Amino acid sequence: MFEGFEGGRMSAAFMSAGTSSFTEFLREVKPELLPGHHTGSAGAPGSAEHLTPDATTIVALTFPGGVLLAGDRRATQGNVIANRDMDKLYRTDEFSAVAIAGSAGIGIELAKLYQVELEHYEKLEGRSLSLEGKANKLAQMVRGNLGMAMQGFVVVPLLVGFDENTRQGRVFSYDAVGGRYEEQRYYSVGSGSVYAKGSIKKLYRDDLDETTAIRVALESLYDAADDDSATGGPDLHRRIFPLVDVITEDGHRRIGADEVARLATEVVEGRAADPDGPKARLS
Amino acid sequence: MSMPFYVAPEQQMKDKADYARKGIARGRSAVVLQYEGGILLVADNMSRTLHKISELYDRIGFAAVGRYPEFENLRLMGVRFADVRGYQFDRRDVSGRQLANIYAQTLGTVFSESLKPWEVEIVVAEVGDTAAEDEIYRITFDGSIVDEQGFVAVGGSSEHVSSQLKDRFAADAPLSAALNAATHALAHENGEERELEAGNLEVAVLERSREHRKFRRIHGDRLSALIEEGKRSTAGDEADE
Repeated sequence: MFEGFEGGRMSAAFMSAGTSSFTEFLREVKPELLPGHHTGSAGAPGSAEHLTPDATTIVALTFPGGVLLAGDRRATQGNVIANRDMDKLYRTDEFSAVAIAGSAGIGIELAKLYQVELEHYEKLEGRSLSLEGKANKLAQMVRGNLGMAMQGFVVVPLLVGFDENTRQGRVFSYDAVGGRYEEQRYYSVGSGSVYAKGSIKKLYRDDLDETTAIRVALESLYDAADDDSATGGPDLHRRIFPLVDVITEDGHRRIGADEVARLATEVVEGRAADPDGPKARLS
Repeated sequence: MSMPFYVAPEQQMKDKADYARKGIARGRSAVVLQYEGGILLVADNMSRTLHKISELYDRIGFAAVGRYPEFENLRLMGVRFADVRGYQFDRRDVSGRQLANIYAQTLGTVFSESLKPWEVEIVVAEVGDTAAEDEIYRITFDGSIVDEQGFVAVGGSSEHVSSQLKDRFAADAPLSAALNAATHALAHENGEERELEAGNLEVAVLERSREHRKFRRIHGDRLSALIEEGKRSTAGDEADE
């Protein structure tokens, strides 16, 4: 009646003390469900990059008492807009969230597996991983994707979390081979990240409150969309706005669509008056 | 070599059942009941780390009594089954009924095939969108499965606890009152009068209104406050009557 449930017993792996890692467990019982699992040969030579669209710009910034993660909504495939209302942010548990840039199809799988991985550990062990542990786990998973990355399916996640020990928000970035880097204050990944980072750099203050931090994130995504064709700006006509997740000591919270719409509309109106956006002070 | 004595199958089963019942009766009971905001799970448990109650999936909780290593195995199996299924299909495709079924089949197989039956009794509870959609299943050591309505007690003297609980149970009671009913029933388990403190209780809820994962443990100050609140309101009710 259930797969893997024969002769009235689950296979022994289900019952053994075994591992608390979901990925390792899945490799044992159902390896075909793992992302990047190949049954055939490595495939024909040549670029396979056209097979899945690219997810674009993500920004993250910390503020006193928390951390914020925001992403635009666009996915592109070459010069074509493949999707204009994509959700690239994943709540991975109560105190962490992940966003993906790069090959969308692979990234979504990775984020989904990571989500189950954290929850699985928490349920089996009765406590969640430390934020460092979560960051290292993600590094291993990105490294596991190296084979795919070599074929052009590069996925670059950005992890944010609230560290319950130090009571502050933290940001971790990754490279395609699984290198893990802790970022100070703010960071951005994806095709528009250069512009977004430059924008945040000029607007960031150490004493930002949550609403101002959201405002900074929206300004930076606007700047990314301004100069990078693969990043989508706020779409006032279709009412498609960036997504913003905030993590504080109260846990993870997605900022309501109305609130983001209001702030994003203000940003757009501000740009109508001054297309280059807010000016940083020179003295 | 001597021939083993012939033992009638009926006798074999009866011996196994008696063995399992005795084993389960050595431990304390647990109760699972509905309250106005979802489902409440309470176990009489001294340990803060060796849990009798835990989360299986988003809307599904688990409570067990009996031998710890045996029900811990079942818990691991349930979490793994649920996570694989939820990952393979969708989070909504994991149901309490499936889990109750695999538990029943596993326990049934162990009971009929192994020399030693497992000395456990478990509850799988799933909170629905409305109280009418809540599901509570009790699975016994021989793999029998019962779809319970409103409340259930498991453990050696579950019938006694159950009858105690019946008098005070109300599906729309606030959390503190439901907790009070549960602790009262557990405290009078063997016809004895005990006081159950926060330190002796393991308490968790499946909260209907909660987002994502509905399971939440209640401990520490919050639990003590709820116990006090429950006592006050019951004392008030009795004074009114």
